[in-house]
Amino acid sequence: MALEDSHVRRAAHLARLAVSDDQARGFVDDLNRILEMVDQLQGLDTEGVVPLAHPLDATQRLRADEVTESSQRDTFQYSAPAVENGLYLVPRVVE
Amino acid sequence: MMQWETVIGLEVHVQLATRSKIFSGASTAFGAEPNTQACAVDLGLPGVLPVLNEAAVSMAVQFGLAVHAQIPEVSVFDRKNYFYPDLPKGYQTSQMYHPIVGPGEVEVSLEDGSTKPIRIHHAHLEEDAGKSLHEDFHGMTGIDLNRAGTPLLEIVSEPDMRNAKEAAAFLKAIHSIVTYLGISNGNMAEGSMRCDVNVSVRPQGQASLGTRAEVKNVNSFRFVERAIAFEVERQIELIEDGGKVIQETRLYDPERDETRSMRTKEEANDYRYFPCPDLLPVVLDQAYVEHLRGQLPELPAAKRERFERELGLSAYDAGVLSASRDMAEYFEEVKTVCGDAKQAANWVQGELSGALNRENLVITQSPVSARQLGELVSRVMDDTISGKAAKQVFQALWNGQGHSADDVIEAQGLKQVTDSGAIEAMIDQVIADSPAQVAQYCDAEPEKRGKMIGYFVGQVMKASRGTANPQQVNGLLKEKLDALL
Repeated sequence: MALEDSHVRRAAHLARLAVSDDQARGFVDDLNRILEMVDQLQGLDTEGVVPLAHPLDATQRLRADEVTESSQRDTFQYSAPAVENGLYLVPRVVE
Repeated sequence: MMQWETVIGLEVHVQLATRSKIFSGASTAFGAEPNTQACAVDLGLPGVLPVLNEAAVSMAVQFGLAVHAQIPEVSVFDRKNYFYPDLPKGYQTSQMYHPIVGPGEVEVSLEDGSTKPIRIHHAHLEEDAGKSLHEDFHGMTGIDLNRAGTPLLEIVSEPDMRNAKEAAAFLKAIHSIVTYLGISNGNMAEGSMRCDVNVSVRPQGQASLGTRAEVKNVNSFRFVERAIAFEVERQIELIEDGGKVIQETRLYDPERDETRSMRTKEEANDYRYFPCPDLLPVVLDQAYVEHLRGQLPELPAAKRERFERELGLSAYDAGVLSASRDMAEYFEEVKTVCGDAKQAANWVQGELSGALNRENLVITQSPVSARQLGELVSRVMDDTISGKAAKQVFQALWNGQGHSADDVIEAQGLKQVTDSGAIEAMIDQVIADSPAQVAQYCDAEPEKRGKMIGYFVGQVMKASRGTANPQQVNGLLKEKLDALL
């Protein structure tokens, strides 16, 4: 499947990326080349191959259920643009 | 007229009762000051890495074992991508393709005493988001991320339910299982258990499913029934008027008792799932799973069955007494102390439940302990006190007057009089004091005398201040009155 400008715009919107017209044209070409490579991979016979969820041949380590963190709210909120009553303030999300 | 069939599937989000979050060491305690329990991992700050909480894994597996599910050896975390300010990373870490709990089944009890199996499609682990506060902050929204990263188990049912009652029964069964296991406090008011309901209708007899609507924000057993009732009616009316149900997310509004379309943007549903590169596949070895299986407590369905079969309780009693683990444990202790399951069941469901309801308490807050109640019941059973006096003793224990039933019986002189000499003396007095009633009794038709004896029993009980044994009074009175005929 060849990618079009509209696909790139939609992906950019979902990822909240601002993309100029020039950049969008470049991305269409780049992404289409990547998809060509994916098409080659699709042609391989993967019968009997276990899907790979992670490139490292290791399994998840688990931690004990212990509270190890204390509040660092002041430090974290120091770099937030707006805070009030301990809350982070963001542009209103419901109308 | 067209007959419609309702098809319901549930997605239940259960907050797991871990001390710390699923991927960080921040506390999950409820009710803390905003953002004091949101650490760098929960905030999604650059450079942090999640580390999976063993307790969350173990709780998920315990649930799976309790619903007879397959526990796959390998499960994988995926990223569910969407933008919302209470989700600081821009994605929710969840499990899309390889969940930790595979297909299972729950046996739910219906109101008529029958049971129905409801299949579980799967259950997966994920993190909760923070909370958005839409009160006015100068036209802005306030964000509290304390809840972000709290472990959730999302339990997805098959569309096996056919009416609102079955859906509520399923939710109750899940609630019962997770609280028995102790993997969640099940507190729906605090949001520890939340539910999305998928509802569709189809003409009776049609094999394929109708288009479904997903109703969110259904956070009590009662709301589940009401939201479904509303939604079913809406969909049937829509179709009968020539319209079509569209697949959409709707919100249940308990105040107006209706569901409303959430009008989300189409692309909001493109979550672009992919395996989370920050987390390795979770591999559970058989020994670990078997270890957890060995530690499972007796579950509600098994307990209900045992209460019926071994203790001879009715299906209804067994259902009520096994519904919560606290209730079941209380009942079993009363039973052990007094030695009689039926008496114990009657007292727990009667006097005790009545008092708890009146004061809006749960059983763990009962001022009367199971041991105290058990001892009280044994004093009724060995005829030390009458049933009437027992209620008085119960009330006294409830009010904290006396440490045990025996204390109260002693202090209030409630010990039943079984000495027949003493009872006979009271009867003679009553007969001597009631010449008119005695005459009536003697003149009455023999079949009516049985009823008339009630007056004399009442007088004797009154004279004894309730302490005479009523059966004995009855027998002796009949002898003495009949001797006067």
